[in-house]
Amino acid sequence: MTVMTMRDALNEALFEEMERDDKVIVMGEDVSGGAGGTSGSRDAAGGVFGVTKGLLPKFGEDRVIDTPISESAIVGLANGAALAGMRPVAELMFADFVGVAFDQIFNQMAKFRYMFGGKAKTPVVLRMAMGAGMNAAAQHSQTIYPILSAIPGLKVCVPSCPADAKGLLKQAIRDDDPVIFFEHKALYARKGEVPEGEYLTPFGEAALLREGRDVTVVALARMVTFATKAVDKLAEEGITCDLIDLRTTSPLDEDTVLESLSQTGRLVVVDESNPMCSIASEIAGLAATRGFADLVAPVQKVTAPHTPVPFARELERMYVPSPAQIEAAIRATLRDG
Amino acid sequence: MQQSPDQIRRAYRQMRLIREFEERLHIENPKGEIAGFTHLYSGQEAIAVGVCETLGDNDYIISTHRGHGHCLAKGCDPRDMMHEIYGRADGLCKGRGGSMHIADLTKGMLGANGIVGAGQPIAVGAAVACKARKDGSISVSFTGDGASNQGTVFEAMNMAVVLKLPKLFVFEDNGYSEHTGSSYGIGGDLKTRIEGFGIPVWEADGFDYFSVYEATEKAGAHARAGKGPSAILATATRYFGHFEGDPQNYRAKDEVQNFRDTVDALKQIREKVTGAGIFTNEELDAIDAEVLALIDDCVESARSGPTPDADVLMSDVYIDY
Ligand SMILES: Cc1ncc(C[n+]2csc(CCOP(=O)(O)OP(=O)(O)O)c2C)c(N)n1
Ligand SMILES: [Mg+2]
Repeated sequence: MTVMTMRDALNEALFEEMERDDKVIVMGEDVSGGAGGTSGSRDAAGGVFGVTKGLLPKFGEDRVIDTPISESAIVGLANGAALAGMRPVAELMFADFVGVAFDQIFNQMAKFRYMFGGKAKTPVVLRMAMGAGMNAAAQHSQTIYPILSAIPGLKVCVPSCPADAKGLLKQAIRDDDPVIFFEHKALYARKGEVPEGEYLTPFGEAALLREGRDVTVVALARMVTFATKAVDKLAEEGITCDLIDLRTTSPLDEDTVLESLSQTGRLVVVDESNPMCSIASEIAGLAATRGFADLVAPVQKVTAPHTPVPFARELERMYVPSPAQIEAAIRATLRDG
Repeated sequence: MQQSPDQIRRAYRQMRLIREFEERLHIENPKGEIAGFTHLYSGQEAIAVGVCETLGDNDYIISTHRGHGHCLAKGCDPRDMMHEIYGRADGLCKGRGGSMHIADLTKGMLGANGIVGAGQPIAVGAAVACKARKDGSISVSFTGDGASNQGTVFEAMNMAVVLKLPKLFVFEDNGYSEHTGSSYGIGGDLKTRIEGFGIPVWEADGFDYFSVYEATEKAGAHARAGKGPSAILATATRYFGHFEGDPQNYRAKDEVQNFRDTVDALKQIREKVTGAGIFTNEELDAIDAEVLALIDDCVESARSGPTPDADVLMSDVYIDY
């Protein structure tokens, strides 16, 4: 095991896959940077979050493509390159910019395979940084995985730690379907152990991070770190929880959630998204349909409120679900049932 | 220089206000009290002021992520803006928007915008309203060199031409789009591209208030006469990084200092108006001192402004009936 940040783990995944397969190309705004600048230095940025640093010097301008600010064309060209046999990894910088490119995502890449009679492959990976935590306000902080998870044809990754980030990104690059890859901004600098050598993290397999008898806690992305805090705190009081990290929202590992629920009968879902049509709603719906007989208490949804993401520190802090709210939800489900 | 001394005094003060607002934020930002992304406009003051000094209260502008200069030039209150940037409940947008989303609809300021290329179609919509009102008002969008490559900008321009709207497209080439030089991202050249829409484009020196003002007067007259959209292409630079904290690895070390020493907008206007005997250096120094004191005041009151509460978080998602 090596300890590294999620940023470095993602960078390693890109390096390894580009080395392994010369069809893998990277594209996006400032994925290297410095072109046309006066310092003479290329790779001056390496992505605004530093994830693609060092790729250009190693793999050259044909495989590491700095693009103009044209999200619709960025995703479109990833789609076209994929249909023509490449394996593009396109970066949209902030997940919020999906808005500009949405047609290419939901009418195009997601549907080629189905519409074209199963003959098309669209092995695109669309990387994007999501989430609150930087006070970047309403247009740079959203967690829009529910919208994308709802679209048939797309696969959606939401890693919470460096090891999964690396394994899922490598899997995403090798996958022949289009994959939306969400990187939580507040996790880039998070350190964790990453296995040595080659490994892939399969899609649709949640991770059981803590085992317990009392409550099933389901979380994803940054909320896993918050849920871990709450669960570990309650463990000191003898309240023990299963803590499930979904890792991918599409495909969704329903079985792991249902199996845990059948043991605990109580469910808390933690999701940084707005509550309507969220992953929290999806998991609650799963419990109400396939897990109904096991439920002994109402499902607790811990989500952001039904508001845009606010700017001010105090407001953003109130907006994002907190470990204290998760703890309260776990206690509530124990009290109610 | 056909402008009256009053007009020139006002323009000089506006430019000084933007400059000091931004230079002060550059100093305050590393102290940690200001949250989020801050994109500063220092270096481009002559563009915002040159454009907005030709506009009235009925006219609209829409800004970009680098919005402070446009906001101040269109008359947003510097104290309310500073409170917003500090995330205060009494900020211009109640602390919900911050630096990147400052707006004041009462001033015809349709907002800074976090999405590159989002503003231009919106400004075209405002131009539809201007045309319908028949009051001679116009709508102006500011577009960076980088933003000029966004499809929405092309669509907005074409739409404005087709509908023959009172719309002015101001392009600000400050040399960079984030960490990339503007020459890399723009295929062909911007002027020819704009001319492809069959509209007049006036080039202006973005460091020279008079150059921008005169170009905008022509463009404004064109629009107000019902002749349709036009464009200004102004060139300048930004003195700071793309955002506060940007290490600027893409930029030669002495580049900014050279601009500051030679073509700086405040230096130029001062030399011109003192040279022409319109104002003395002492008179301009007095304006500088007044502005500096105002900025001190804005920062001081913003630092201790009220923090927003849960009510601010939860309200205004929809209209309260
Ligand atoms: C749709 C969208 N894409 C990308 C970004 C990230 N971004 C913010 S500013 C910027 C560069 C803009 O360059 P330019 O238009 O020249 O304006 P300047 O920063 O020079 O004022 C980029 C790429 C964004 N905010 N929105
Ligand atoms: Mg620029």
